[in-house]
Amino acid sequence: MEIILAFVIGGLFAASIYMLLRRSLVKLLIGLALLSHATNLLIFTAAKLTRGNPPVIGADATALTPPFADPLPQALILTAIVISFGVMAFALALAYRVYRSVGTDDLDQMRGTDV
Amino acid sequence: MNLTLILPITIPMLTAILTMLLLKSRRAQRAVSMLGALALFVASLWLLADVWRNGIQAEQMGNWPAPYGVTLVADLFGAIMVLLAGIIGLAVAMYSLVSIDPEREAFGYHSLYHFLLMGVCGAFLTGDLFNLYVWFEVMLMASFVLMALGGERGQMEGAIKYVTLNLLSSALFLSALGLLYAMAGTLNMADLAAKFSSITAAQPHGLVTTLAMLFLVAFGIKAAVFPLFFWLPASYHTPPAAVSALFAGLLTKVGVYALIRVFTLIFVQDVGYTHTLILVIAGLTMVTGVLGAVAQNEFRRVLSFHIVSQIGYMIMGLGLFTPYALAGSVFYIAHHIIVKTNLFLVSGIVERLGGTPELKKLGGLYQSQPSLALLFLVPAMSLAGLPPLSGFFAKLSLVRAGLEVGQYTIVAVSLGVGLLTLFSMIKLWNEAFWKPVPEVVGNNSETAANLRAWLIPIAFLASITIIIGGIAGQTFALALLAGEQLMNPALYIQAVLGGAP
Repeated sequence: MEIILAFVIGGLFAASIYMLLRRSLVKLLIGLALLSHATNLLIFTAAKLTRGNPPVIGADATALTPPFADPLPQALILTAIVISFGVMAFALALAYRVYRSVGTDDLDQMRGTDV
Repeated sequence: MNLTLILPITIPMLTAILTMLLLKSRRAQRAVSMLGALALFVASLWLLADVWRNGIQAEQMGNWPAPYGVTLVADLFGAIMVLLAGIIGLAVAMYSLVSIDPEREAFGYHSLYHFLLMGVCGAFLTGDLFNLYVWFEVMLMASFVLMALGGERGQMEGAIKYVTLNLLSSALFLSALGLLYAMAGTLNMADLAAKFSSITAAQPHGLVTTLAMLFLVAFGIKAAVFPLFFWLPASYHTPPAAVSALFAGLLTKVGVYALIRVFTLIFVQDVGYTHTLILVIAGLTMVTGVLGAVAQNEFRRVLSFHIVSQIGYMIMGLGLFTPYALAGSVFYIAHHIIVKTNLFLVSGIVERLGGTPELKKLGGLYQSQPSLALLFLVPAMSLAGLPPLSGFFAKLSLVRAGLEVGQYTIVAVSLGVGLLTLFSMIKLWNEAFWKPVPEVVGNNSETAANLRAWLIPIAFLASITIIIGGIAGQTFALALLAGEQLMNPALYIQAVLGGAP
């Protein structure tokens, strides 16, 4: 399972970098969205996948017996998803404003402030 | 419950919420914003005094014991950074009152300003790497909006680059966090520092170094080191001067802070590789930054490139990795934050008076504004490292630290870059202040009397620069203590894991 997910994560990272390097503003945003998905999956996979063992202490036990699924990475991912959701919403609004004020979605045209 | 640790986060938070509630009333917003900044300044002074007297302070939020709960820690380095945030917060808040237009205020400028300060203080005080990420995001979110607020074309173009690069760096940071957690099973910095060498002994050597490099790249983008700095000069000159000044003073320094924290506390297994690399990066950052500045012809663009160049000096202390060198870094950061913010504040007045940021069209300000000219000279000469101002002592300590460990190349580079910085500052002086006014001047409607209030925060920061230079012995002693604490992680670990009340 880890192997499959590793390939999925690699594919997502590659796709997101490819999209980030495109000239279109919308594709840049898609790239950013994919990037956060890839990162979340990476955390999820790196912290080892454990199936069918929730971190719940049974009625007849006093402590967790390994192996159990580590809940912390999932809490981290949840936080990261919320943050990336907010950031994406802002980025979409910003992209729209950029499009309105610059009049194009071609990133190559936005060189006014470059050095 | 140790109140001193919590106040620097809660004060800006409450101020931000209050100003947001008072969005309708401009006057009430301004009063609350100013009071909040003042309170933060006092609280940060109190925190530093507390840490100075009682050693490293640590607090577990929600009373969960250390590796599991949310830890707030203040060692001397963190407390000094919070104090600097307090100083800058106060000065730029004053400057914002006179320089920010009512439209931006109506769209919540003051509220965002204090959210940004909250994020910065949180990042300086947190004892947990994942919380560091969260504080980064708080800070970035506020800075994104501040960068774009106003919606001018240049601002929009700057903002899209700023947002993209920062999100990329956040994603890298988060990936590194995930891999680090998988390896170590904890993200509490003190816990990591305590366990990391025994954990990594079992791991393939390359994996640890790869992880270190991932952190280096993620924080390097935020700190704008070579070759990851291009977003900075492309965006920092676009928002209003008050916003640029705040960003220039604090944001990249949070990246530097995170670099120093991670590479003194956690990744110290392979100093020969990682810290040598940091030293090389430091040299290249200095040189490319200062050369970029020499080629620029706009006031704030020159200053933006100098931020990059100065970051090199701060990283240099980390690369040398001795208590004395880290003390130099701390001293340099303190000096730089104050001086650079001040220069950006001056640039705001210069652009307002001259009606243009282009150096070619500026001039004659020495004649019309002698007090402004004088106040420009203090931070400019300090940045270039002329005695007896703070920059001289900051550079002196770094150079001495470099000579002590025999890194002559980096010392030579830093001295050469200092010379070019002086050249660049003299160019600004000549173009904006000394040479006669060019014939065609834009609609120069601002009169000098209107700008008198603008000078107060500048004078405030300039006097701090002079004071730091004047009592360099004492301030350096403080920095040296901070450096020794950084080089001895046992104290930090004990404060977080051992001595919890």
